[in-house]
Parts: sequence; C-alpha cells; structure tokens
Amino acid sequence: MTPNLKNLRADFPLLQQTTRGKPLIYLDNSATSQKPQSVIDALNCYYSNDNANIHRGVYELSERATREYENVRLAVKSFINAAHAHEIIFVPGTTAAINLVAQSFGRSQLKVLDEIIISTMEHHSNIVPWQLLAEQVGANLRVIPITDSGEIDLEAYEKLFNARTRIVAITHASNALGTINPIKKMIQIAHAHQVPVLVDGAQAFPHMPVDVQDLDCDFYAFSSHKAYGPTGLGVLYGKEKFLEKMPPYQGGGDMIESVSFTKTTYNKLPFKFEAGTPHIAGVIGFGAALAYMQKVGMENIARHEQALLAYATLKLLAIPGLKIIGTAEHKVGVISFVLDGVHPHDIGTILDDQGIAIRAGHHCAMPVMERFKIPATVRASFGVYNTEADIDALIAGLHEVQRLFN
Amino acid sequence: MSGLRELYQEVIIDHGRHPRNFGALPNANHTKEGFNPLCGDRLTLYIVEQNNVIEKIHFEGSGCAISVASASLMTEVLKNKTRAEAEVIFADFHQLIMHGHDKELEDRLGKLAVLAGVAEYPARVKCATLAWHTLKAAIADDPQPVSTE
Repeated sequence: MTPNLKNLRADFPLLQQTTRGKPLIYLDNSATSQKPQSVIDALNCYYSNDNANIHRGVYELSERATREYENVRLAVKSFINAAHAHEIIFVPGTTAAINLVAQSFGRSQLKVLDEIIISTMEHHSNIVPWQLLAEQVGANLRVIPITDSGEIDLEAYEKLFNARTRIVAITHASNALGTINPIKKMIQIAHAHQVPVLVDGAQAFPHMPVDVQDLDCDFYAFSSHKAYGPTGLGVLYGKEKFLEKMPPYQGGGDMIESVSFTKTTYNKLPFKFEAGTPHIAGVIGFGAALAYMQKVGMENIARHEQALLAYATLKLLAIPGLKIIGTAEHKVGVISFVLDGVHPHDIGTILDDQGIAIRAGHHCAMPVMERFKIPATVRASFGVYNTEADIDALIAGLHEVQRLFN
Repeated sequence: MSGLRELYQEVIIDHGRHPRNFGALPNANHTKEGFNPLCGDRLTLYIVEQNNVIEKIHFEGSGCAISVASASLMTEVLKNKTRAEAEVIFADFHQLIMHGHDKELEDRLGKLAVLAGVAEYPARVKCATLAWHTLKAAIADDPQPVSTE
C-alpha cells in the first residue's frame, strides 16, 4: 500500500518555512495540525467582513454571522452523521467537552459509591475530570487494563461492570500508543448493562470516518485544532435524550430563556450548553477545515495515513536498538518509540536540529508510561500532508542520533 | 563547532552515560528530590555538609544526557566547596547557560563550561538546571519537592 494522495503540502503555508536552516518536517500532528490556506482565509474573511455577535442582533451583519455559525453546526452534524443539529455543542475543546459531561451529567447522575470506567491508555484529559467528579460525589474510578501490545483487555473490561457502574469514558484512539479501540463493541457491552459511553475522539476524528449513530455512542468529544481547524474550539456530540435532561454546565448569556431573581429558565438545546459569546471565528474556520477534509475525503485520508504508518513502522524497526511502544493490530498514524541508550528528550533536540518536529515526553498519558515502565517516548504522528520523504528524513535523523551517541 | 555538536560533545555524552558520584549517601544530612514534569526527569541529591562545607555530594535518578551530565559535573565541582562558593558557582553557571559563551565566566567555571551550548536550545535550560535548583533547595532544607515548572 503506498500513499495515494497527491502531495498536499502546498495547501499549508506554514509548511513552506525552514527551521534551523532546514525545510520543516512536521510530525507532531497528534499535538496539533497545521492549517490549510482555506481555513486561514475563512478566519480572515470573517473578521474582515462578517464579524458581529450572533443570535441577538436585528441587523443584517449579525444575521449573516449567525447563519454562518449555524451552518457549521449543520456541517458537523452531517460530517459525523448525528441525528439532530442540536446534538452538536460547540465548546473550547475536547477537554472542555469531557469536563462538561463529567460535571453536568456526572454530578446530576452519580452518587456515593457509584462507578466510572476509564482505561489505562487515557489522556490526562479523560482521567482528571472523572477524578474530580469522583471526589465531589464520592464515586470510584475503575480502570480497564491494557495488554503488552497496548490494546484494551476486553475480558477484563466486561468484568468491571456491576450494578453501580454509571458511565464509561474511553478514547477512540490513543495519543500515546496509536491504538484504535474497538469502541463499537465496547459500547454494545456497556449498553447491555444500561451504561452510557463517552468517547474521546480527539485522536480519531481527524483520521478516519466517524459515524456516531453507527457507533451508537452517547457522547463523542473532539477538537478542531487537531483536524486542521483553529485552536480554542471543540465539539461535544451528545444524544438528545441525555442532553435534554442534563442541567446547564455554565451560566451566562445565550443559554437562558428568561432571567429574573426568582426564576431563570434555560434556553433549548444546543444553546443551553453554549453560555456567553462563543468562538464564532473559530467555528467558521472549522467549517472551512471540514470542507477541506471532505474535499480530500476521509476514506482517502485514512488510507494515506495507514500507508505512512506501515512504511514508517517497517523503516523504524530496521534501526538497531529501537523499540516501538504500542503494537496494536489497529492503529492511527501514531508511532511511539524508544531507542537504547538515548533519552527521548535528546532525540527530540537532535531531530529538531534537522528541521524535524516530533514529540518527546509522556504525552499527557503518565499511566501509559508507568504501564510500560518507561519515563518517556519519542512520538511521530502523521497528518494528511506528510509523505514517505518525511519518514525518510526521520530515519536519517535517527541515524544521526546514533552517530552522535556512539 | 555546530550548535548540536557542541551540545552533545564527548564530555557530556560520557557523563550522561557514566555519571560520577552516582548513588545514595546513607549519612547525608541534606536529601532532596527534583522533578522536571515536562520530560519526566527525576533526581535525588544527597549532601554531607560539615561546618558549611559540602564534604560529599551524590545523586541518583534518570533523565536525558543533558540533565544527568549536568548533575554529574555539578557533584564533581562542588565537592569541598562552601555554601557561599556553591551559590556563586550556580549564579555563574546560570548566567552562562542563559546567555551563552563568555570567556570570563567560562574561565571561572572550568569543566562546567562544556554546558555553554545549552544557551542555543532554550527548551533544554530546565534539563541543565534541574540538579542546581535541587541543590539550592537541599541546602536551604526547603520541605517542598523541587519542580522546574
């Protein structure tokens, strides 16, 4: 399988630069993605022509901004195949989406000794909000173990359920290991126990087609900035039946129907969860990012990145002393590895000197590092604009690391 | 010398791989842990201090070549130095790795001057100073663990 996309690098102005005198090779897409010109233009156009507050102006400008903002909600709805547009809530990011569910759904539904299931491979943002909730209501966290290859132990997962289980929060794809979890199956298992499931889709949404109705997940959270859109914006998808019953998370303007000092009534979905002026420009920019991904095609993006993953895995394994952490059968384009005798942080600096941006560290997944008994890994993660030549440069860079250290 | 060659010169790689004064000191009268949450580097510093003089200084822990080499070189340089001398050396060292080459400073710092190349890599300053910040807290007997963040 070879990458089937034409080289898209030219669409991304940032990638045209040199760093430390070398052409920039950007392999840190799990952290954030670069933006195509069309997204930058959409932001520019919004601020140059259409900027107004939404949902309340009686003038044409505000109506235009409102229309554009709401059109993106419709675009997200079709993109992930939600049943209703009002199931799409704009939030500041995946982290905010998870906190919203933990605080609104969690605090209203969970009681002392109730249980929350998460997994060992979660990003800190899908651990800490549940720990906070557990402390607030006296609930307990149950953690699904992972295997040596970095896959969910499904048998152990099933055994965690009992009459006190109230929610499962699981990542679709691991940012530290690359593992794509069998979430459809995990959701079926949870539903068989009448337990709803939140899926952290931050690392999956930009890399594969996502159909929330087919998955039958109850909540799905993802970020714009990892999917070629602006920072400071994310989406919480939630099934209407849950969102309707959940109390507001934050109070403020736009989320109310009427306010008096004796009684405030709340706005309908999705506005109940969008207090204050939202990131209007970000939403409009994200609309351009969705259009970009749609033009390339999510199936094509997935195929392209899978081909890069296969190519990089083969090339990396040929380097003596290199070990890949996370060898699941199904992975997104994320490769974590360690190299004998060289700390990941030193590898990061030496690669940076050659214009290659990778991540070195614990990737906000300290329990994963503990599971594999390592302090840190080097992580290369791919996006739509990466090519085999980028991977060849990474391999050459790693040879340079070994030359310096031997 | 290119920036990278300078950063990873032989002395640093050697100290990173074979740190000197490595291991616990059971009779230490100052013990302190340091942590760099950004990269996970951890070290514990052990000091035997008598009459204001650092008689013995050891460390243990794990980290990148820069942080281990910096800790190793620090223990070599500070042996038999007074507290006041150690503080002056830290001030000079900090100045060097923040601002880069300076003949006068490098002369005063001796073998520690091999870390001057860190100045070109601001993200690595924390690695090079972890042991030193830990030292400062150790001799002050600060009860809080040291974090570079």
